[in-house]
Amino acid sequence: MILPLSYNLRNLAVRRTTTLMTALGIGLTVAVLAASFALVDGLRLALEASGHPLHVLVTRKGADSELVSNFERRVFNDLKFKPGIARNAKGEPLASLEVVTAINLASIEFPEGANVTVRGVTPIGVELRDDARLVEGRWFTPGRREATVGRLIAQRYPEARPGRKLRFGRGEWEVVGVYDSPQMARNSEILVDLNQVAADFGREEVLSSALLRATDEVAHQALINELEADPRLNVRARSEKEYYAQQTSSGDLIRYLGTVVAAIMAVGSCFAAMNTMYAAVARRSREIGTLRVLGYSRAAILASFLLESLLLAALGGVLGILLVLPVNGLTTGIGSFTTFTEIAFQLRITPQTMAASLVFALLMGGAGGLLPAWQAARKEILTALREG
Amino acid sequence: MKYLPLVWKNAWRNRRRTLLTISSLAVSLCLLGVMMALYYALFIGGQPTKSQTRRVVVRHKVSLTFPMPLHYREKIAQVPGVEEVMVMQWFGGVYKDSRDQRNFFARMAAEADKLFRIYQDYRISDAEKEAFIRDPAGCVVNRVLAERHGFRVGDRILIKGDIFPFDLDLTVRGIYSSDELDDETLWFNWKYLENMLRNSPRLAAGTFLVLVRSEEEVPAVCRAIDAMFANSEAPTKSEGEFTFGMSFLSFLGNVKVILMSICFAVTFTVLLITANTMAMSVRERVREVGILRTLGFQKTAVVGLILGESALIAIAGGAIGVLLAQGLCFVIRQGPLIVQQTKTLAIEPPVLAALMVVSLLVGVLSSVAPAVSAARQNIVDALRFTD
Repeated sequence: MILPLSYNLRNLAVRRTTTLMTALGIGLTVAVLAASFALVDGLRLALEASGHPLHVLVTRKGADSELVSNFERRVFNDLKFKPGIARNAKGEPLASLEVVTAINLASIEFPEGANVTVRGVTPIGVELRDDARLVEGRWFTPGRREATVGRLIAQRYPEARPGRKLRFGRGEWEVVGVYDSPQMARNSEILVDLNQVAADFGREEVLSSALLRATDEVAHQALINELEADPRLNVRARSEKEYYAQQTSSGDLIRYLGTVVAAIMAVGSCFAAMNTMYAAVARRSREIGTLRVLGYSRAAILASFLLESLLLAALGGVLGILLVLPVNGLTTGIGSFTTFTEIAFQLRITPQTMAASLVFALLMGGAGGLLPAWQAARKEILTALREG
Repeated sequence: MKYLPLVWKNAWRNRRRTLLTISSLAVSLCLLGVMMALYYALFIGGQPTKSQTRRVVVRHKVSLTFPMPLHYREKIAQVPGVEEVMVMQWFGGVYKDSRDQRNFFARMAAEADKLFRIYQDYRISDAEKEAFIRDPAGCVVNRVLAERHGFRVGDRILIKGDIFPFDLDLTVRGIYSSDELDDETLWFNWKYLENMLRNSPRLAAGTFLVLVRSEEEVPAVCRAIDAMFANSEAPTKSEGEFTFGMSFLSFLGNVKVILMSICFAVTFTVLLITANTMAMSVRERVREVGILRTLGFQKTAVVGLILGESALIAIAGGAIGVLLAQGLCFVIRQGPLIVQQTKTLAIEPPVLAALMVVSLLVGVLSSVAPAVSAARQNIVDALRFTD
């Protein structure tokens, strides 16, 4: 015979304050875990959504990122007519020579300044970014000192809003537009004219990278293989998606911190749950005796108290998730150890995080409820009836 | 005070509950302690080490990734108050396999003869120092770093270049330690870069490290240097080495907000746990309160008894928590070098005081409601009360 679930639910409802306080304690613990996961997931999702499946990023061999890559114009001229590279309407190959550098800008979140990527591109480079759409102003004019910035840059850095002027290189750059790309990482970049910025930094011949678009998926892989194998070029070619995916390691520290903090808090919450359940057992001593007289087995009593503790924890888990839901969609930034610049992203609470949070809460409930339930089950009928 | 034995006895009436509450508080307050210690070390009370106070880092104003011309060195040396100027360059590169995080450590080029004059806290034997200065392909490594990778004097270290278009083939000429902070850095001779980058525009300074005559002169020296280059091709930003280190913090995300939220969540949890215990404890003894009142205890005395009990439990939890937190800080000090503050993390007196105040407040706040309601109860009702 198993005790009905409503018995547990009513018991929890009768001791509302205690139930709520214990559940909230568990909920806060869950919230810390879920919030750290939301940060890490937000970063991961932003980076996973970045990179075009047909794009190939070419850097100097040995360079882990575009910022540290020295890519010669001569090499670019050698590779832009390789077979497998798509062409635009005018018949030009969709190959973009780019230069990447970083500048320090004060943001709303970090007034002392954070590093931001500045990327010099040619009109072909803008064409390759065809999924980006202008939300304000226009694209920069080639040959002029103008900049078009990503949506997250305009949002986070007051100095980089349309109409303002940025100071770097050998002078000022006017911000003329804002673009928004479904590829989140792109929204953390400032795009300017390649030749202007290369001249400013004395990098006319030694640039950073090339971005190529393959005609189709088969050509994409073939192009990577061919570039990698060409000893004259001495370049590293990889898919653009892979390049962004490797940057997720920036979130490792936060994931680690969040997990450790939540684990320690869990120990505290476990003890609290134990307290509550012990009190429940002590208070219901007579009731337990009566149930046993009615024929409920020790196992049924054990299961019932454990279940009650799990219900308590589940309530806590739900409260925790509700508490943390408002952070969903908040924008923050983190440094990428690959590019040495800031990537902005939005916190994301995924269904997996919610599930993991509930499981985590149930684990706390289980660990906290086991000993009290065991004690309840072990009570001798007569002593139990006499107690209380 | 005379009620102390009574408070004590009451606290122990349900031994298991009290112990569980104290353990729960101790664990949570330990966490709060470490988070507060981190916050304090990073944003409030972090202090530069003794030799650090005289060191100034000069970098390109726009970004650390931009180089500055080498001739700045001579100009900086002319600034009054400057004792020594050293050119430094971050080499980056790959040691063995970059996918393994442990293989990441700072690899810096610096003028060998000046290194130990500027870092006065470095300890190295004279023989090793001389060998390092003489060898244009020599390097010195920090003791902690050497132990981790098993580097010994005479070993060769290969670093694949990524920022720079060549690889390093270095010989370990010495192993240094520091009285103050083991910075886990590999320093190699600047001459190596000079030889590899002859006539290349890439031969430039990443940063200049300046030793100032005295701590008091640091702000003036910083201002003088920045003013000197304000209108040149590469404007500079000069700041104390400690402040410079802090600028890497934003790299880890919004640390301030993260730490604050954790502190808030933990404090609130602790409050809930204690409040719950006290509510349970008071509910159990309504009758007892009735008896106390008939014996002539005033309402205030009853409130005091209950508040005192709660405060006692909370402070016990807090005290154990502080001890645990000290232990956890010790563990963190052994961990990897992320920012220099984690290497000296400890529960400083202000953090200790704050923790004890939080404990006491939690103890009092959590029991106000149950204590007042118990004291207000009509004596007859209380005596008749059966739970």
